[in-house]
Amino acid sequence: MHNRTRTAWLFLSPMIVLMLVVAVWPLARSIWFGFTDTNINDMAASQWVGLENYFGEYGLFFNPNDDEGFWAGDWGLSIRNTFFFAVVSVLLETLTGLGVALLLNQDFKGRAFVRTAVLVPWAIPTIVSAKMWGWMLNDQFGVINDLLLGAGLISQKIAWTAEPAYAMWSVVLVDVWKTTPFMALLILAALQTVPRDCYEAARVDGVHPLRVFWRITLPLIRQPLMVAVVFRLLDALRVFDLIYVLTSNNGSTISMSGFVRREMVEYGNMGFGSAASTSLFLIILLTALVFLRATRVRLSEDAR
Amino acid sequence: MSRRPLWAGVGLYLASAVVVILSVYPLLYAFSTSLKSGTDLFNTALWPAGGDLRNYRALFEGVQPFGKSLVNSFMVSVLTVGCALLMGLTAAYALGRIRFKGKGLLLVTLLGVSMFPQVAVLSGMFELIQWLGLYNKALGLVVPYTLFTLPFTVWILTTFMRELPGELEEAAIMDGCGPLRIIFQVFMPLLWPALVSTGLLAFIGAWNEFLFALTFVVNDTERTVPVAISLIAGATAFEIPWGTIMAGSVIVTVPLLLLVFFFQKRIVSGLTAGAVKG
Repeated sequence: MHNRTRTAWLFLSPMIVLMLVVAVWPLARSIWFGFTDTNINDMAASQWVGLENYFGEYGLFFNPNDDEGFWAGDWGLSIRNTFFFAVVSVLLETLTGLGVALLLNQDFKGRAFVRTAVLVPWAIPTIVSAKMWGWMLNDQFGVINDLLLGAGLISQKIAWTAEPAYAMWSVVLVDVWKTTPFMALLILAALQTVPRDCYEAARVDGVHPLRVFWRITLPLIRQPLMVAVVFRLLDALRVFDLIYVLTSNNGSTISMSGFVRREMVEYGNMGFGSAASTSLFLIILLTALVFLRATRVRLSEDAR
Repeated sequence: MSRRPLWAGVGLYLASAVVVILSVYPLLYAFSTSLKSGTDLFNTALWPAGGDLRNYRALFEGVQPFGKSLVNSFMVSVLTVGCALLMGLTAAYALGRIRFKGKGLLLVTLLGVSMFPQVAVLSGMFELIQWLGLYNKALGLVVPYTLFTLPFTVWILTTFMRELPGELEEAAIMDGCGPLRIIFQVFMPLLWPALVSTGLLAFIGAWNEFLFALTFVVNDTERTVPVAISLIAGATAFEIPWGTIMAGSVIVTVPLLLLVFFFQKRIVSGLTAGAVKG
Protein backbone atom coordinates (compact mmCIF):
# COMPACT_ATOMS: atom_id res chain seq x y z
CA MET A 1 0.00 0.00 0.00
CA HIS A 2 3.04 2.21 0.37
CA ASN A 3 3.08 2.28 -3.40
CA ARG A 4 -0.46 3.70 -3.50
CA THR A 5 0.52 6.54 -1.23
CA ARG A 6 3.37 7.41 -3.52
CA THR A 7 1.02 7.38 -6.51
CA ALA A 8 -1.31 9.71 -4.64
CA TRP A 9 1.38 12.30 -4.00
CA LEU A 10 2.69 11.93 -7.52
CA PHE A 11 -0.76 12.62 -8.94
CA LEU A 12 -1.29 15.52 -6.59
CA SER A 13 2.04 17.14 -7.31
CA PRO A 14 1.08 19.10 -10.48
CA MET A 15 -1.88 20.62 -8.67
CA ILE A 16 0.10 21.34 -5.52
CA VAL A 17 2.94 22.96 -7.46
CA LEU A 18 0.47 25.08 -9.40
CA MET A 19 -1.35 26.14 -6.24
CA LEU A 20 1.96 27.08 -4.66
CA VAL A 21 2.71 29.28 -7.66
CA VAL A 22 -0.69 30.96 -8.11
CA ALA A 23 -1.94 31.09 -4.51
CA VAL A 24 0.72 30.69 -1.82
CA TRP A 25 3.49 32.72 -3.46
CA PRO A 26 1.31 35.71 -4.47
CA LEU A 27 -0.29 35.70 -1.03
CA ALA A 28 3.11 35.69 0.67
CA ARG A 29 4.33 38.48 -1.61
CA SER A 30 1.19 40.53 -0.97
CA ILE A 31 1.68 40.21 2.76
CA TRP A 32 5.31 41.24 2.35
CA PHE A 33 4.36 44.27 0.21
CA GLY A 34 2.18 45.38 3.11
CA PHE A 35 5.34 46.12 5.10
CA THR A 36 6.88 48.23 2.32
CA ASP A 37 6.19 51.53 0.58
CA THR A 38 6.05 49.93 -2.89
CA ASN A 39 4.60 52.04 -5.68
CA ILE A 40 2.99 50.36 -8.65
CA ASN A 41 5.00 52.37 -11.17
CA ASP A 42 8.40 51.43 -9.79
CA MET A 43 8.12 48.23 -7.86
CA ALA A 44 11.87 47.65 -7.60
CA ALA A 45 12.45 50.83 -5.60
CA SER A 46 10.53 49.75 -2.53
CA GLN A 47 11.65 50.16 1.03
CA TRP A 48 10.80 48.31 4.18
CA VAL A 49 8.63 50.47 6.40
CA GLY A 50 7.63 47.95 9.05
CA LEU A 51 4.15 48.47 10.48
CA GLU A 52 3.89 52.02 9.13
CA ASN A 53 1.10 51.03 6.70
CA TYR A 54 -0.90 49.56 9.55
CA PHE A 55 -0.29 51.80 12.52
CA GLY A 56 1.74 54.73 11.20
CA GLU A 57 0.68 58.33 10.74
CA TYR A 58 -1.27 57.53 7.59
CA GLY A 59 -1.82 53.88 8.53
CA LEU A 60 -5.01 51.85 8.28
CA PHE A 61 -5.58 51.66 12.01
CA PHE A 62 -5.11 54.28 14.72
CA ASN A 63 -4.53 57.00 12.18
CA PRO A 64 -4.11 60.22 14.21
CA ASN A 65 -5.40 62.26 11.25
CA ASP A 66 -8.80 60.61 11.55
CA ASP A 67 -10.30 63.24 13.80
CA GLU A 68 -13.77 61.95 13.12
CA GLY A 69 -12.87 58.48 14.31
CA PHE A 70 -11.88 55.26 12.61
CA TRP A 71 -15.29 54.36 11.21
CA ALA A 72 -15.68 57.68 9.40
CA GLY A 73 -12.54 57.20 7.33
CA ASP A 74 -12.68 55.46 3.96
CA TRP A 75 -11.19 52.23 5.29
CA GLY A 76 -13.58 52.13 8.24
CA LEU A 77 -16.45 52.96 5.90
CA SER A 78 -15.48 50.16 3.54
CA ILE A 79 -15.45 47.65 6.42
CA ARG A 80 -18.86 48.84 7.59
CA ASN A 81 -20.23 48.71 4.05
CA THR A 82 -18.90 45.24 3.38
CA PHE A 83 -20.36 43.78 6.55
CA PHE A 84 -23.68 45.57 6.15
CA PHE A 85 -23.92 44.31 2.57
CA ALA A 86 -22.87 40.75 3.45
CA VAL A 87 -25.15 40.34 6.46
CA VAL A 88 -28.24 41.97 4.97
CA SER A 89 -28.03 40.39 1.53
CA VAL A 90 -27.19 36.89 2.77
CA LEU A 91 -30.04 37.08 5.26
CA LEU A 92 -32.48 38.25 2.60
CA GLU A 93 -31.38 35.79 -0.05
CA THR A 94 -31.57 32.91 2.42
CA LEU A 95 -35.20 33.84 3.05
CA THR A 96 -36.08 34.33 -0.63
CA GLY A 97 -34.11 31.21 -1.56
CA LEU A 98 -35.99 29.23 1.06
CA GLY A 99 -39.27 30.55 -0.27
CA VAL A 100 -38.47 29.66 -3.86
CA ALA A 101 -37.14 26.25 -2.82
CA LEU A 102 -40.32 25.47 -0.90
CA LEU A 103 -42.34 26.51 -3.95
CA LEU A 104 -40.28 24.31 -6.27
CA ASN A 105 -40.57 21.42 -3.85
CA GLN A 106 -44.34 21.30 -4.47
CA ASP A 107 -45.86 19.08 -7.11
CA PHE A 108 -47.57 21.13 -9.77
CA LYS A 109 -47.86 21.41 -13.50
CA GLY A 110 -45.25 23.71 -14.95
CA ARG A 111 -42.79 23.23 -12.12
CA ALA A 112 -39.97 22.45 -14.54
CA PHE A 113 -40.69 25.70 -16.36
CA VAL A 114 -40.55 27.72 -13.14
CA ARG A 115 -37.31 26.02 -12.12
CA THR A 116 -35.71 26.91 -15.45
CA ALA A 117 -36.90 30.51 -15.22
CA VAL A 118 -35.49 30.79 -11.71
CA LEU A 119 -32.03 29.93 -13.05
CA VAL A 120 -31.97 32.97 -15.35
CA PRO A 121 -30.59 35.52 -12.83
CA TRP A 122 -27.89 33.06 -11.79
CA ALA A 123 -26.76 32.57 -15.39
CA ILE A 124 -26.36 36.30 -16.02
CA PRO A 125 -22.83 37.61 -15.42
CA THR A 126 -22.57 39.95 -12.43
CA ILE A 127 -21.37 42.84 -14.58
CA VAL A 128 -24.36 42.42 -16.86
CA SER A 129 -26.82 42.29 -13.95
CA ALA A 130 -25.20 45.40 -12.54
CA LYS A 131 -25.59 47.22 -15.87
CA MET A 132 -29.13 45.94 -16.43
CA TRP A 133 -30.30 47.03 -13.00
CA GLY A 134 -28.32 50.24 -13.28
CA TRP A 135 -30.42 51.03 -16.33
CA MET A 136 -33.69 50.01 -14.71
CA LEU A 137 -32.83 52.02 -11.59
CA ASN A 138 -31.74 55.03 -13.67
CA ASP A 139 -33.03 58.23 -12.07
CA GLN A 140 -34.27 59.93 -15.26
CA PHE A 141 -35.31 57.17 -17.62
CA GLY A 142 -35.41 54.08 -15.41
CA VAL A 143 -38.43 51.79 -15.57
CA ILE A 144 -38.49 51.37 -11.76
CA ASN A 145 -39.02 55.07 -11.10
CA ASP A 146 -41.60 55.05 -13.87
CA LEU A 147 -43.53 52.16 -12.34
CA LEU A 148 -43.36 53.52 -8.79
CA LEU A 149 -44.46 56.99 -9.94
CA GLY A 150 -47.28 55.44 -11.93
CA ALA A 151 -48.43 53.48 -8.91
CA GLY A 152 -48.24 56.63 -6.77
CA LEU A 153 -45.73 55.07 -4.37
CA ILE A 154 -43.21 57.87 -4.79
CA SER A 155 -43.88 61.51 -5.58
CA GLN A 156 -40.67 62.27 -7.45
CA LYS A 157 -37.95 60.36 -9.24
CA ILE A 158 -35.27 58.90 -6.99
CA ALA A 159 -31.59 58.52 -7.84
CA TRP A 160 -31.39 54.94 -6.54
CA THR A 161 -27.72 54.33 -7.28
CA ALA A 162 -26.39 57.83 -6.59
CA GLU A 163 -28.10 58.90 -3.38
CA PRO A 164 -26.20 57.51 -0.38
CA ALA A 165 -29.42 56.68 1.46
CA TYR A 166 -30.53 54.28 -1.29
CA ALA A 167 -27.29 53.24 -3.04
CA MET A 168 -26.36 50.40 -0.69
CA TRP A 169 -29.91 49.07 -0.74
CA SER A 170 -29.80 49.05 -4.54
CA VAL A 171 -26.63 46.96 -4.35
CA VAL A 172 -28.35 44.60 -1.90
CA LEU A 173 -31.40 44.35 -4.15
CA VAL A 174 -29.37 43.35 -7.21
CA ASP A 175 -27.32 40.86 -5.21
CA VAL A 176 -30.42 39.24 -3.73
CA TRP A 177 -31.98 39.03 -7.19
CA LYS A 178 -28.87 37.43 -8.61
CA THR A 179 -28.06 34.91 -5.88
CA THR A 180 -31.53 33.76 -4.82
CA PRO A 181 -31.38 30.99 -7.49
CA PHE A 182 -28.15 29.63 -5.99
CA MET A 183 -29.67 29.51 -2.54
CA ALA A 184 -32.92 28.09 -3.85
CA LEU A 185 -31.17 25.28 -5.74
CA LEU A 186 -29.02 24.25 -2.79
CA ILE A 187 -31.96 24.37 -0.40
CA LEU A 188 -34.15 22.49 -2.88
CA ALA A 189 -31.54 19.74 -3.12
CA ALA A 190 -31.58 19.52 0.67
CA LEU A 191 -35.40 19.52 0.80
CA GLN A 192 -35.51 16.61 -1.59
CA THR A 193 -33.46 14.48 0.79
CA VAL A 194 -36.17 14.81 3.46
CA PRO A 195 -38.10 11.51 3.35
CA ARG A 196 -41.70 11.89 2.17
CA ASP A 197 -42.84 9.59 4.99
CA CYS A 198 -42.10 12.33 7.49
CA TYR A 199 -44.58 14.66 5.83
CA GLU A 200 -47.07 11.82 5.31
CA ALA A 201 -46.96 10.88 9.00
CA ALA A 202 -47.30 14.49 10.11
CA ARG A 203 -50.25 15.01 7.78
CA VAL A 204 -52.02 11.90 9.07
CA ASP A 205 -51.50 13.12 12.61
CA GLY A 206 -53.01 16.45 11.61
CA VAL A 207 -49.97 18.55 12.51
CA HIS A 208 -50.17 22.13 11.27
CA PRO A 209 -47.98 22.69 8.16
CA LEU A 210 -46.10 25.57 9.81
CA ARG A 211 -45.28 23.35 12.74
CA VAL A 212 -44.12 20.63 10.36
CA PHE A 213 -41.82 23.17 8.74
CA TRP A 214 -40.32 24.35 12.04
CA ARG A 215 -40.09 20.99 13.72
CA ILE A 216 -39.27 18.60 10.86
CA THR A 217 -38.14 20.32 7.68
CA LEU A 218 -35.90 23.02 9.12
CA PRO A 219 -33.91 20.79 11.50
CA LEU A 220 -33.41 18.22 8.73
CA ILE A 221 -32.06 20.74 6.23
CA ARG A 222 -30.12 22.79 8.78
CA GLN A 223 -26.68 21.44 7.87
CA PRO A 224 -26.85 21.97 4.06
CA LEU A 225 -28.62 25.29 4.61
CA MET A 226 -25.79 26.54 6.80
CA VAL A 227 -23.20 25.32 4.30
CA ALA A 228 -24.94 27.36 1.60
CA VAL A 229 -24.99 30.37 3.94
CA VAL A 230 -21.25 30.02 4.59
CA PHE A 231 -20.54 29.89 0.86
CA ARG A 232 -22.64 32.99 0.22
CA LEU A 233 -21.28 34.86 3.22
CA LEU A 234 -17.67 34.40 2.13
CA ASP A 235 -18.62 35.35 -1.39
CA ALA A 236 -20.45 38.48 -0.23
CA LEU A 237 -17.57 39.59 2.00
CA ARG A 238 -15.27 39.84 -1.02
CA VAL A 239 -17.79 41.79 -3.13
CA PHE A 240 -16.22 44.05 -5.70
CA ASP A 241 -17.60 43.94 -9.25
CA LEU A 242 -21.27 44.58 -8.45
CA ILE A 243 -20.51 47.72 -6.44
CA TYR A 244 -17.80 48.88 -8.83
CA VAL A 245 -20.19 48.84 -11.76
CA LEU A 246 -23.55 49.66 -10.18
CA THR A 247 -22.57 52.58 -7.96
CA SER A 248 -19.13 53.50 -9.25
CA ASN A 249 -19.90 57.21 -9.13
CA ASN A 250 -20.71 56.91 -5.46
CA GLY A 251 -17.91 56.70 -2.88
CA SER A 252 -20.36 55.94 -0.07
CA THR A 253 -20.79 52.29 -1.10
CA ILE A 254 -17.12 51.32 -1.40
CA SER A 255 -16.33 47.78 -0.20
CA MET A 256 -13.11 46.47 1.31
CA SER A 257 -12.08 44.89 -2.00
CA GLY A 258 -12.91 48.14 -3.77
CA PHE A 259 -10.80 50.08 -1.27
CA VAL A 260 -7.84 47.75 -1.85
CA ARG A 261 -8.07 48.03 -5.60
CA ARG A 262 -8.45 51.79 -5.52
CA GLU A 263 -5.38 52.25 -3.32
CA MET A 264 -3.27 49.81 -5.33
CA VAL A 265 -4.22 50.47 -8.91
CA GLU A 266 -5.75 53.93 -9.06
CA TYR A 267 -3.53 55.65 -6.45
CA GLY A 268 -0.57 53.34 -7.09
CA ASN A 269 0.08 52.78 -3.37
CA MET A 270 0.82 49.10 -3.66
CA GLY A 271 2.38 48.84 -0.20
CA PHE A 272 -0.52 50.51 1.58
CA GLY A 273 -3.04 48.63 -0.56
CA SER A 274 -1.33 45.35 0.30
CA ALA A 275 -1.59 46.17 3.99
CA ALA A 276 -5.31 46.71 3.42
CA SER A 277 -5.64 43.46 1.45
CA THR A 278 -3.85 41.54 4.20
CA SER A 279 -6.16 43.07 6.79
CA LEU A 280 -9.14 42.14 4.61
CA PHE A 281 -7.87 38.58 4.38
CA LEU A 282 -7.49 38.31 8.15
CA ILE A 283 -10.87 39.93 8.81
CA ILE A 284 -12.66 37.51 6.48
CA LEU A 285 -10.74 34.51 7.82
CA LEU A 286 -11.64 35.46 11.37
CA THR A 287 -15.30 36.00 10.46
CA ALA A 288 -15.43 32.61 8.75
CA LEU A 289 -13.87 30.83 11.72
CA VAL A 290 -16.18 32.52 14.20
CA PHE A 291 -19.21 31.76 12.04
CA LEU A 292 -18.25 28.12 11.55
CA ARG A 293 -17.60 27.68 15.26
CA ALA A 294 -20.82 29.43 16.27
CA THR A 295 -23.04 27.43 13.91
CA ARG A 296 -21.03 24.20 14.32
CA VAL A 297 -21.13 23.59 10.58
CA ARG A 298 -18.76 21.01 9.23
CA LEU A 299 -17.73 21.74 5.67
CA SER A 300 -16.09 18.42 5.04
CA GLU A 301 -16.63 14.86 6.18
CA ASP A 302 -12.91 14.29 5.91
CA ALA A 303 -12.13 17.30 8.03
CA ARG A 304 -11.48 15.21 11.09
CA MET B 1 -51.86 15.91 -5.25
CA SER B 2 -55.53 16.38 -6.00
CA ARG B 3 -56.16 16.83 -2.27
CA ARG B 4 -54.83 20.37 -2.39
CA PRO B 5 -57.62 22.88 -1.72
CA LEU B 6 -58.47 25.40 -4.41
CA TRP B 7 -56.99 28.43 -2.60
CA ALA B 8 -53.68 26.67 -2.17
CA GLY B 9 -53.55 25.84 -5.84
CA VAL B 10 -54.32 29.43 -6.80
CA GLY B 11 -51.68 30.67 -4.36
CA LEU B 12 -49.12 28.27 -5.79
CA TYR B 13 -49.63 29.53 -9.32
CA LEU B 14 -49.70 33.16 -8.23
CA ALA B 15 -46.39 32.70 -6.40
CA SER B 16 -44.94 30.91 -9.41
CA ALA B 17 -46.02 33.75 -11.69
CA VAL B 18 -44.40 36.35 -9.43
CA VAL B 19 -41.17 34.34 -9.24
CA VAL B 20 -41.02 33.83 -13.00
CA ILE B 21 -41.71 37.49 -13.80
CA LEU B 22 -39.14 38.76 -11.30
CA SER B 23 -36.53 36.35 -12.65
CA VAL B 24 -37.03 36.97 -16.33
CA TYR B 25 -38.28 40.55 -16.66
CA PRO B 26 -34.91 42.37 -16.25
CA LEU B 27 -33.36 40.33 -19.04
CA LEU B 28 -36.35 40.86 -21.33
CA TYR B 29 -36.20 44.57 -20.57
CA ALA B 30 -32.47 44.62 -21.41
CA PHE B 31 -33.22 42.87 -24.68
CA SER B 32 -35.98 45.32 -25.49
CA THR B 33 -33.68 48.26 -24.67
CA SER B 34 -31.03 46.85 -26.98
CA LEU B 35 -33.50 47.15 -29.86
CA LYS B 36 -34.47 50.72 -29.08
CA SER B 37 -32.64 53.78 -30.28
CA GLY B 38 -33.08 57.55 -30.25
CA THR B 39 -35.87 58.84 -28.04
CA ASP B 40 -37.50 55.42 -28.06
CA LEU B 41 -34.83 54.50 -25.44
CA PHE B 42 -36.64 56.61 -22.87
CA ASN B 43 -39.92 54.85 -23.44
CA THR B 44 -40.19 52.31 -20.62
CA ALA B 45 -42.58 49.98 -22.43
CA LEU B 46 -41.34 46.41 -22.75
CA TRP B 47 -42.27 46.32 -26.43
CA PRO B 48 -40.04 48.63 -28.50
CA ALA B 49 -41.94 51.07 -30.70
CA GLY B 50 -39.58 50.84 -33.62
CA GLY B 51 -36.90 48.29 -33.03
CA ASP B 52 -33.78 47.75 -35.09
CA LEU B 53 -30.32 46.28 -34.74
CA ARG B 54 -28.50 49.62 -34.78
CA ASN B 55 -27.08 49.13 -31.28
CA TYR B 56 -25.63 45.75 -32.19
CA ARG B 57 -23.96 47.20 -35.24
CA ALA B 58 -22.59 50.11 -33.18
CA LEU B 59 -21.14 47.60 -30.74
CA PHE B 60 -18.97 45.93 -33.34
CA GLU B 61 -18.16 49.04 -35.32
CA GLY B 62 -17.37 51.21 -32.28
CA VAL B 63 -14.00 52.33 -30.97
CA GLN B 64 -13.82 49.31 -28.75
CA PRO B 65 -13.26 46.02 -30.54
CA PHE B 66 -16.12 44.07 -28.96
CA GLY B 67 -15.65 41.13 -31.32
CA LYS B 68 -12.06 40.81 -30.19
CA SER B 69 -13.16 40.89 -26.56
CA LEU B 70 -15.57 38.02 -27.23
CA VAL B 71 -12.77 35.96 -28.77
CA ASN B 72 -10.47 36.79 -25.83
CA SER B 73 -13.07 35.77 -23.27
CA PHE B 74 -13.80 32.54 -25.10
CA MET B 75 -10.16 31.53 -25.40
CA VAL B 76 -9.30 32.40 -21.81
CA SER B 77 -12.31 30.48 -20.50
CA VAL B 78 -11.67 27.38 -22.61
CA LEU B 79 -8.00 27.30 -21.69
CA THR B 80 -8.80 27.76 -18.00
CA VAL B 81 -11.31 24.91 -18.11
CA GLY B 82 -8.90 22.59 -19.93
CA CYS B 83 -6.11 23.29 -17.48
CA ALA B 84 -8.35 22.87 -14.43
CA LEU B 85 -9.94 19.62 -15.65
CA LEU B 86 -6.67 17.96 -16.62
CA MET B 87 -4.98 18.71 -13.31
CA GLY B 88 -8.19 18.27 -11.37
CA LEU B 89 -8.81 14.77 -12.68
CA THR B 90 -5.53 13.24 -11.50
CA ALA B 91 -5.65 15.14 -8.21
CA ALA B 92 -9.26 14.05 -7.65
CA TYR B 93 -8.27 10.43 -8.26
CA ALA B 94 -5.66 10.66 -5.54
CA LEU B 95 -8.03 12.42 -3.14
CA GLY B 96 -11.11 10.34 -3.92
CA ARG B 97 -9.72 6.82 -4.27
CA ILE B 98 -6.52 6.57 -2.25
CA ARG B 99 -6.23 6.66 1.53
CA PHE B 100 -3.21 8.54 2.71
CA LYS B 101 -2.12 10.78 5.55
CA GLY B 102 -2.82 14.48 5.20
CA LYS B 103 -5.76 14.02 2.83
CA GLY B 104 -8.32 15.70 5.06
CA LEU B 105 -6.07 18.68 5.62
CA LEU B 106 -5.42 18.99 1.90
CA LEU B 107 -9.14 18.93 1.08
CA VAL B 108 -9.94 21.58 3.67
CA THR B 109 -7.07 23.74 2.37
CA LEU B 110 -8.47 23.46 -1.17
CA LEU B 111 -11.92 24.49 0.02
CA GLY B 112 -10.35 27.38 1.89
CA VAL B 113 -8.49 28.55 -1.20
CA SER B 114 -11.60 28.38 -3.38
CA MET B 115 -13.50 30.56 -0.91
CA PHE B 116 -10.82 33.03 -0.03
CA PRO B 117 -10.96 36.63 -1.22
CA GLN B 118 -9.07 36.94 -4.50
CA VAL B 119 -8.21 40.54 -3.81
CA ALA B 120 -5.88 39.33 -1.02
CA VAL B 121 -3.33 38.18 -3.62
CA LEU B 122 -3.79 41.13 -5.98
CA SER B 123 -0.39 42.78 -5.56
CA GLY B 124 1.55 39.51 -5.44
CA MET B 125 -0.30 38.30 -8.51
CA PHE B 126 0.41 41.58 -10.27
CA GLU B 127 4.12 41.07 -9.67
CA LEU B 128 3.95 37.42 -10.79
CA ILE B 129 2.11 38.30 -13.98
CA GLN B 130 4.61 41.02 -14.83
CA TRP B 131 7.50 38.71 -14.07
CA LEU B 132 6.03 36.02 -16.35
CA GLY B 133 5.69 38.64 -19.09
CA LEU B 134 1.91 38.15 -19.18
CA TYR B 135 0.86 41.64 -18.13
CA ASN B 136 -1.61 43.17 -20.58
CA LYS B 137 -2.14 39.87 -22.40
CA ALA B 138 -5.60 38.31 -22.45
CA LEU B 139 -4.31 34.74 -22.31
CA GLY B 140 -2.19 35.62 -19.27
CA LEU B 141 -5.44 35.73 -17.29
CA VAL B 142 -5.43 31.93 -17.26
CA VAL B 143 -2.82 32.10 -14.47
CA PRO B 144 -4.92 34.04 -11.93
CA TYR B 145 -8.10 32.20 -13.03
CA THR B 146 -6.50 28.89 -12.09
CA LEU B 147 -6.38 30.24 -8.55
CA PHE B 148 -10.16 29.97 -8.18
CA THR B 149 -11.11 27.30 -10.76
CA LEU B 150 -8.63 24.56 -9.85
CA PRO B 151 -9.53 24.17 -6.15
CA PHE B 152 -13.24 23.83 -6.71
CA THR B 153 -12.73 21.61 -9.76
CA VAL B 154 -10.68 19.23 -7.62
CA TRP B 155 -13.19 19.49 -4.80
CA ILE B 156 -16.24 18.65 -6.93
CA LEU B 157 -14.49 15.94 -8.96
CA THR B 158 -13.33 14.33 -5.72
CA THR B 159 -16.91 14.00 -4.48
CA PHE B 160 -17.88 12.34 -7.77
CA MET B 161 -14.77 10.16 -7.84
CA ARG B 162 -15.49 8.87 -4.34
CA GLU B 163 -18.83 7.45 -5.46
CA LEU B 164 -17.51 5.30 -8.28
CA PRO B 165 -17.77 1.55 -7.55
CA GLY B 166 -14.63 0.11 -5.94
CA GLU B 167 -15.04 -3.25 -7.74
CA LEU B 168 -14.33 -1.57 -11.02
CA GLU B 169 -10.99 -0.30 -9.85
CA GLU B 170 -10.08 -3.60 -8.22
CA ALA B 171 -10.84 -5.48 -11.43
CA ALA B 172 -8.73 -3.01 -13.39
CA ILE B 173 -5.83 -3.42 -10.98
CA MET B 174 -6.15 -7.22 -11.28
CA ASP B 175 -5.90 -6.82 -15.02
CA GLY B 176 -2.67 -4.95 -14.51
CA CYS B 177 -3.90 -1.41 -15.21
CA GLY B 178 -1.76 1.39 -13.86
CA PRO B 179 -3.38 4.39 -12.16
CA LEU B 180 -3.19 6.55 -15.28
CA ARG B 181 -5.06 3.95 -17.32
CA ILE B 182 -7.59 3.54 -14.53
CA ILE B 183 -8.30 7.26 -14.61
CA PHE B 184 -8.43 7.79 -18.34
CA GLN B 185 -9.80 4.47 -19.61
CA VAL B 186 -11.86 3.02 -16.78
CA PHE B 187 -13.15 6.03 -14.84
CA MET B 188 -13.25 8.68 -17.54
CA PRO B 189 -16.28 7.21 -19.36
CA LEU B 190 -18.19 7.13 -16.06
CA LEU B 191 -17.07 10.60 -15.10
CA TRP B 192 -18.31 12.43 -18.18
CA PRO B 193 -21.30 13.96 -16.42
CA ALA B 194 -19.09 15.16 -13.58
CA LEU B 195 -16.57 16.60 -16.02
CA VAL B 196 -19.33 18.45 -17.84
CA SER B 197 -20.68 19.85 -14.56
CA THR B 198 -17.34 21.07 -13.28
CA GLY B 199 -16.19 22.23 -16.70
CA LEU B 200 -19.31 24.36 -17.10
CA LEU B 201 -18.97 25.90 -13.66
CA ALA B 202 -15.31 26.70 -14.32
CA PHE B 203 -16.20 28.15 -17.73
CA ILE B 204 -18.89 30.38 -16.23
CA GLY B 205 -16.50 31.51 -13.50
CA ALA B 206 -13.78 32.43 -15.97
CA TRP B 207 -16.23 34.04 -18.42
CA ASN B 208 -17.64 36.30 -15.69
CA GLU B 209 -14.43 37.20 -13.84
CA PHE B 210 -13.93 40.93 -13.46
CA LEU B 211 -11.36 42.01 -10.86
CA PHE B 212 -8.27 40.37 -12.37
CA ALA B 213 -9.35 41.10 -15.92
CA LEU B 214 -9.79 44.77 -15.04
CA THR B 215 -6.44 45.00 -13.29
CA PHE B 216 -4.06 42.91 -15.38
CA VAL B 217 -5.17 43.99 -18.85
CA VAL B 218 -5.06 47.57 -20.07
CA ASN B 219 -5.26 47.50 -23.85
CA ASP B 220 -8.70 47.53 -25.46
CA THR B 221 -7.74 44.73 -27.82
CA GLU B 222 -6.80 42.39 -24.96
CA ARG B 223 -9.86 42.91 -22.80
CA THR B 224 -12.42 40.29 -21.86
CA VAL B 225 -16.13 40.98 -22.32
CA PRO B 226 -17.17 41.83 -18.74
CA VAL B 227 -14.56 44.59 -18.65
CA ALA B 228 -15.42 45.70 -22.18
CA ILE B 229 -19.08 46.09 -21.19
CA SER B 230 -18.22 48.02 -18.05
CA LEU B 231 -16.14 50.43 -20.15
CA ILE B 232 -18.59 51.12 -22.99
CA ALA B 233 -18.83 54.89 -23.02
CA GLY B 234 -20.65 57.47 -25.10
CA ALA B 235 -19.37 60.40 -27.08
CA THR B 236 -19.38 62.56 -23.95
CA ALA B 237 -19.17 61.72 -20.28
CA PHE B 238 -22.82 62.65 -19.76
CA GLU B 239 -24.22 60.51 -22.47
CA ILE B 240 -24.29 56.85 -21.52
CA PRO B 241 -25.13 54.65 -24.54
CA TRP B 242 -27.59 52.38 -22.73
CA GLY B 243 -28.76 50.79 -25.95
CA THR B 244 -25.26 49.62 -26.88
CA ILE B 245 -24.50 48.49 -23.33
CA MET B 246 -27.66 46.39 -23.32
CA ALA B 247 -26.79 44.94 -26.73
CA GLY B 248 -23.41 43.87 -25.36
CA SER B 249 -25.07 42.47 -22.25
CA VAL B 250 -27.46 40.38 -24.31
CA ILE B 251 -24.64 38.99 -26.46
CA VAL B 252 -22.58 38.02 -23.40
CA THR B 253 -25.52 36.46 -21.61
CA VAL B 254 -27.09 34.41 -24.41
CA PRO B 255 -24.31 31.77 -24.64
CA LEU B 256 -24.42 31.32 -20.88
CA LEU B 257 -28.20 31.01 -20.85
CA LEU B 258 -28.05 28.39 -23.59
CA LEU B 259 -25.40 26.44 -21.66
CA VAL B 260 -27.40 26.66 -18.46
CA PHE B 261 -30.68 25.59 -20.05
CA PHE B 262 -29.13 22.84 -22.06
CA PHE B 263 -27.09 21.42 -19.18
CA GLN B 264 -29.44 22.40 -16.37
CA LYS B 265 -29.27 19.03 -14.59
CA ARG B 266 -25.49 18.84 -14.87
CA ILE B 267 -24.93 22.31 -13.45
CA VAL B 268 -27.28 21.78 -10.56
CA SER B 269 -25.64 18.48 -9.70
CA GLY B 270 -22.22 20.15 -9.83
CA LEU B 271 -23.33 22.95 -7.54
CA THR B 272 -24.92 20.62 -5.02
CA ALA B 273 -22.01 18.17 -5.13
CA GLY B 274 -19.77 21.01 -4.11
CA ALA B 275 -21.93 22.14 -1.25
CA VAL B 276 -24.42 19.61 0.03
CA LYS B 277 -22.58 16.33 -0.20
CA GLY B 278 -19.17 17.85 0.46
